[in-house]
Formats: sequence, C-alpha cells, structure tokens
Amino acid sequence: MYRYDEFDSAFVRARVEEFRGQVARRLDGSLTEDEFKPLRLKNGVYLQLHAYMLRIAIPYGTLSAVQLRQLAVIAERYDRGYGHFTTRQNIQFNWPKLRDIPDILSLLADVEMHGIQTSGNCIRNVTADHFAGVAPDEIEDPRAVAELIRQWSTAHPEFSYLPRKFKVAVTGAARDRAVTAAHDIGLRIVRNAAGETGYTVLVGGGLGRTPMIGKVVRTFLPKADLLAYLEAVMRVYNLEGRRDNKYKARVKILVHEIGVEEFRARVEAEFAGLDGPGINADPAEVARIAAYFAPPAYAKLPATSTKLAARRASNPAFAEWVAVNTAPHVAPGYAAVTISLKGIGEAPGDITAVQMRAAADLAGRFSFNETRVTHLQNLVLPHVRQDDLFDVWQGLIASGLATANVGLITDIIACPGLDYCALATARSIPIAQAIAHRFADQARQRDIGELNIKISGCINACGHHHVGHIGILGLEKRGEESYQITLGGDATETAAIGEILGPGLSANEVPDAIERIVGVYLAQRYSGESFIAAVKRLGLAPFKAAFLVAPGAHHAAA
Amino acid sequence: MPLLDRTGALDDPWVLIEDGATGTASHTLVTFDAWPAAIAIPSRSLKLGVLVPNTLDAAALRAHFAALELIAITFPSYGDGRGFSVARRLRAAGYTGRLRARGPLIADQFRYALACGFDEIELPEASAARQPVSQWLAQIEAGVLPYQRGYAPGGNILDARRAARKALREDSANV
Repeated sequence: MYRYDEFDSAFVRARVEEFRGQVARRLDGSLTEDEFKPLRLKNGVYLQLHAYMLRIAIPYGTLSAVQLRQLAVIAERYDRGYGHFTTRQNIQFNWPKLRDIPDILSLLADVEMHGIQTSGNCIRNVTADHFAGVAPDEIEDPRAVAELIRQWSTAHPEFSYLPRKFKVAVTGAARDRAVTAAHDIGLRIVRNAAGETGYTVLVGGGLGRTPMIGKVVRTFLPKADLLAYLEAVMRVYNLEGRRDNKYKARVKILVHEIGVEEFRARVEAEFAGLDGPGINADPAEVARIAAYFAPPAYAKLPATSTKLAARRASNPAFAEWVAVNTAPHVAPGYAAVTISLKGIGEAPGDITAVQMRAAADLAGRFSFNETRVTHLQNLVLPHVRQDDLFDVWQGLIASGLATANVGLITDIIACPGLDYCALATARSIPIAQAIAHRFADQARQRDIGELNIKISGCINACGHHHVGHIGILGLEKRGEESYQITLGGDATETAAIGEILGPGLSANEVPDAIERIVGVYLAQRYSGESFIAAVKRLGLAPFKAAFLVAPGAHHAAA
Repeated sequence: MPLLDRTGALDDPWVLIEDGATGTASHTLVTFDAWPAAIAIPSRSLKLGVLVPNTLDAAALRAHFAALELIAITFPSYGDGRGFSVARRLRAAGYTGRLRARGPLIADQFRYALACGFDEIELPEASAARQPVSQWLAQIEAGVLPYQRGYAPGGNILDARRAARKALREDSANV
C-alpha cells in the first residue's frame, strides 16, 4: 500500500499544526464561529447532537494493521472505546473533545492518516472498490489513480470553496463495488479497442434529497489526461454550480438543469484550453504511486486447498461462514475474507478497540498486514490463504466477529441516525437491529439469499437507501418517526434508484413490512433467481399490494 | 478599505468611482458596468482598473488587458470560491496586470488566492480588524509545498519529486 514520502509527511504534519493554530485563533476571537466552521469541517470535525465528531479518512478503503491499531489507541484514549465505519470508507469517533483533536490528528499523522476533507464543501475522501487488487474481474487496480486524486485534491487552491461537497469514487472491475454511479464523479477503468486502459467518466450522480444516477460525460479518457480533465470538470462546476440554494448546489443539479450534452460541451471547451502537460502528473510519478500497489509476495499455491475442503466437510458452521463471507481471489489458493461488522443486534459498522486489535493481529498473521474498509461498513482481510481460513475464523469467533451474513438480509447499511447525528430526523440503528433480529435465523437468511437493506435517518441519504434493494428512509412527521420504504434500488454497474412502495410506517411496523416484501419474493421467485432480479422481472405491483395490506390483515387472510 | 499583499499591508492608491464618472484620481477603479464608458474616453492619462463580479466571463475583458492596471474580483463571502476560478481564467487568458480579491476573505485563503493568480487582498474593515496582517503572512511563511501543478509559482510536490528523481539519476550517472 501507499507510503508517505517526505513531502506527504511534511504536508500532513503542517496541516496538524495549522489546525492547532486555527483552534487557537477561534478561541482568541480572530475567527468567528462562522469562519471557523469550514476550517474544522475540512479537518473532519463536526458538531453533533451530544459532542464533536471526528471523521477520519481511510483513502480508497486501504488500512494497514499498524493504522488499525492506532485507531484502537485513539478509541480508547479519546473516545468511548469504539469507532464507526461509514459508507464512504471513513471512520468516525463520536465523543472526542475539541481541545484533544489536534493531538488526535497528530497521532494519525504518525501512521500516515488524517481527517483532511472528510467534510466541507470540497473534494472529499476518494473511495474505491474494497476488493481492489484482488478481484478476479479487475482490469486494473483503482487505488493508484485514487491516490493520485487524493493528492491532487488535497488543499486544492481553486476547488476548496465549492458550491457544495464533491465525492469521487473509482472502480477498476467489471462489477461496480464502489457505487460509482452515485458519486459526483465516478471513474471506471476501461480498456479501449487498442488495448489501452483509460477512464469512463460519469458526472452528476448522487443520493440525498434529489437522487440521480451519474451520466457518462466521457466514454474514454486517456489516463495521461486525467488531472487536466478533472480540473476542467471542477472549474465548470465551481463557476456554474448553483450557490443560491444549498439543496440545489451539487453538480448533479447543474448536469440535470443544463443537460449532459451542454455540460459535456462546457467541460470539453475548458479542457481544450488547458495546458495539459503543465497540469497532469508525469508518467514517472504515476508509476511511482502505482508501484506501492504491486501485489504482495504471494506463495505459489494450488488453486484449491484440500485442508480447507476437509475443514468444510467436517464443520458446518465454518462451511457456512466460508460460503457467505469469502470472495474469490486473483491469486491461486487465496481468498478475500469479509469480516462482518453486522452482528445481530449490533450497530452496523461499529467496532470496538479490542476488535480493531484482533482484526489487526489477524491481518498481521494472515493477510500481509493489510485490511480494507468497505462502503457496506464491513472490514476485509484481502489476502488470506485458503489453508489459513479456519484459523482466521477461529480468531474471529474469539472476537465476536464471525457473523456469517455478508450480502444477506441482516448485512444492513445504516447511518448513525438520531442516536448521534445532528441532521437526522429519525433513528436508524434500532431499525437495523430490529430487522436483524427478525431475520437472524441462518437457514432463512441463506434461503432468502443476497438482499441489501440500506437505512438512512434523514433525506441526506448517508445510508444509501435509494440504492438499497430495499431502502428505508426515516423521516419525522408531526413529531413521530415515519419510515418510507423503497424497492428496486441497485448500487452496482446496473445502478438504479428505488421506488417508494407506499405511505410511511411507524418504527415497529417496519420488520413486518420487510417480511411481507420478502414473502412475495419467496413465493414468486424462479429457481436461483435473486431478490433484485425478481423485483426487476416482476415490477413493483405485487410488492406494493403486499406492502399495502393493513398491519395485522395478512394474518387474518392467511 | 485595508489592503495587503505578500509583503504585508499596503496603501491603496485606487479610488473606486461607482457613478460612472472617471474623476481625477491617479488610479481610478470603475465598476464593470461603467467600464465601456471609461475606456471610451480618449487621451486618458490616468491609470484605470475595473471591479468585476465573480460571474465575469474572462473573454469579455481580453481585448482590453493591456489598458488595465488592475482587475479586482468581488468575493461576496469567503465561502464563495468562484473568484478563484475567475482569476485562473484571467491569468490563462493572458492578463498580466495586478489582480485583486475584494471581499471578506479569511487568512487561511491567502495561499490559495496567491496560487490562483491574485496579487493582493482588499478586506472590509471588520475582517481586517479581527485578522491582523501577521496572520496572513504566517500563512505563506509556512513554506509547505502544495500538490497541484500549474498553480503556485513557488513549486509543488509533484515537480519537487520529479527534480529529486532527476538529481538521483544524475548522481548515479556520475558515480
């Protein structure tokens, strides 16, 4: 993985001292609270319901064992012993004190981490496929370009006071695991007819109160032109994006209002006038960064492990976990392991300091000291020998991290919601917990198969509810929490926004409603047909009919 | 209003004339609306500058760059970053005169403003009173290189790495 050189280190160190100075200038009155706010936000510091919250970037989701251990130290020393992974490959601490934050940032700098641009109206932490470098369906590892963009977007002189926040995601694989269509810019690494790799550039995707799927503005951008092209997109947005209404200020609204053809024309005109060689990174620099993402020294192994096969045959619980929580790996004899942070009844994405250390230890012993953080709020051990899977599983059991539900109905995305967040209009975590309890039975979960439930506690959609197979949006109506259910959302390369099924529900009606929706699927699916495939085939009608049955009525009818 | 640049506080020789008349000051700053009338005055010996909104199309002034000693770009608030892009476009279009950011910027934006091509900052009294010039100068004394190529004249991290690679190659070639 990427390691800071002296320039990166000096930059992040200076940034810590700069923030220390900004805190001091706020305290002595040089800066008003209004002026201080964007400065703290650009270092990841929010004011939440109960306390300050610190959001730390995990660029493109790659996290070393050393870094994870440092997060454990911070969780114990400055928080209440846990952290929360977000849908944008960040980790949040919910209870730090403002006066401690410069010291926390200093501890982060010690392990080449920061909170820079995890908030504010700037280019945010760049995200990527959590299986980057190990996915068999990958054209090229997206992390090299994600790191280049991280550097280019950091403290950008021109693009740090944008109309609104700006999110970039990159994928290098056929399967889009980075939700690129729901980002302000989504980059997809593709190969053209000549065999060269470049980028398909999507602009104007986003969730929030006006969900939009990103539009293709360039089908093939040569790799060498990337930074100049990004500069062109950003300049058009910075100048033309709306600033009269914060709810219409994202680039998706600009693209929607002027149309993708006009947006493309403006970007191309800007791009044509730029001094590309004076802006783009030279190939040696691109190669320098890419070298950090070279595959680790894998052992030469047979494609399948007889040791694994024997363990699976003799231990059904282990076999179940392997079937659900491991993914194919590009290197023969290896697997990528997803550690579920969705234990039944737990807060999705939460991890204790003890668990962080346990995961770091397993990464050290079995995964080349590397972990990944997923936008689905789980952790990954990206390079585990199939021979070692049983030992990894035993280690995870000891730490309460062996839940076998990755991709299943209880692997729920949920934002922090009204339990923590100042923006929330309803609770998210208790809804996730109630649904998880309802569907906890392992055989039943497996029978239902792949089903993504995503829950947001307000219209800002941090919980990605629009692209959940089943989406749940918590609102507040006349002082009561009200949950709106959507169906048919899709976060992958076939991205789609879910449609609303009917009137809002109270919190305690939600599990029954989910049950009715799942019931339609189980009754009408073809053999081997997934939930989302069935929804796409059947359309909304049968689900709507089941959804609209009055609470209790379906029992009477049965 | 208080004015500063990378050397510190400055006296402002420019007088803003908002009613369209060019007046008798040695340095006359006119609004963008009054600009066509001001430039049309024949045998003008006074120095002329123009105050433009941050929605300016840089091409609209290109023909007159040579006659302009100052372009001042309005920042309605520190959070409105359009002025940075307008400055970049003016510099890219070939404007080499003095470029001013006019509005309630904060010291933390000084480095960015200079990198985008501004020379000086004109602040409202209240902003200047809270943020002494020393705070602005501290921002550029930090000496940390930015990542972006094509912005700050003082170099950037990507070019510094390139220079280090070149030096290393020459070093090993000399051995």
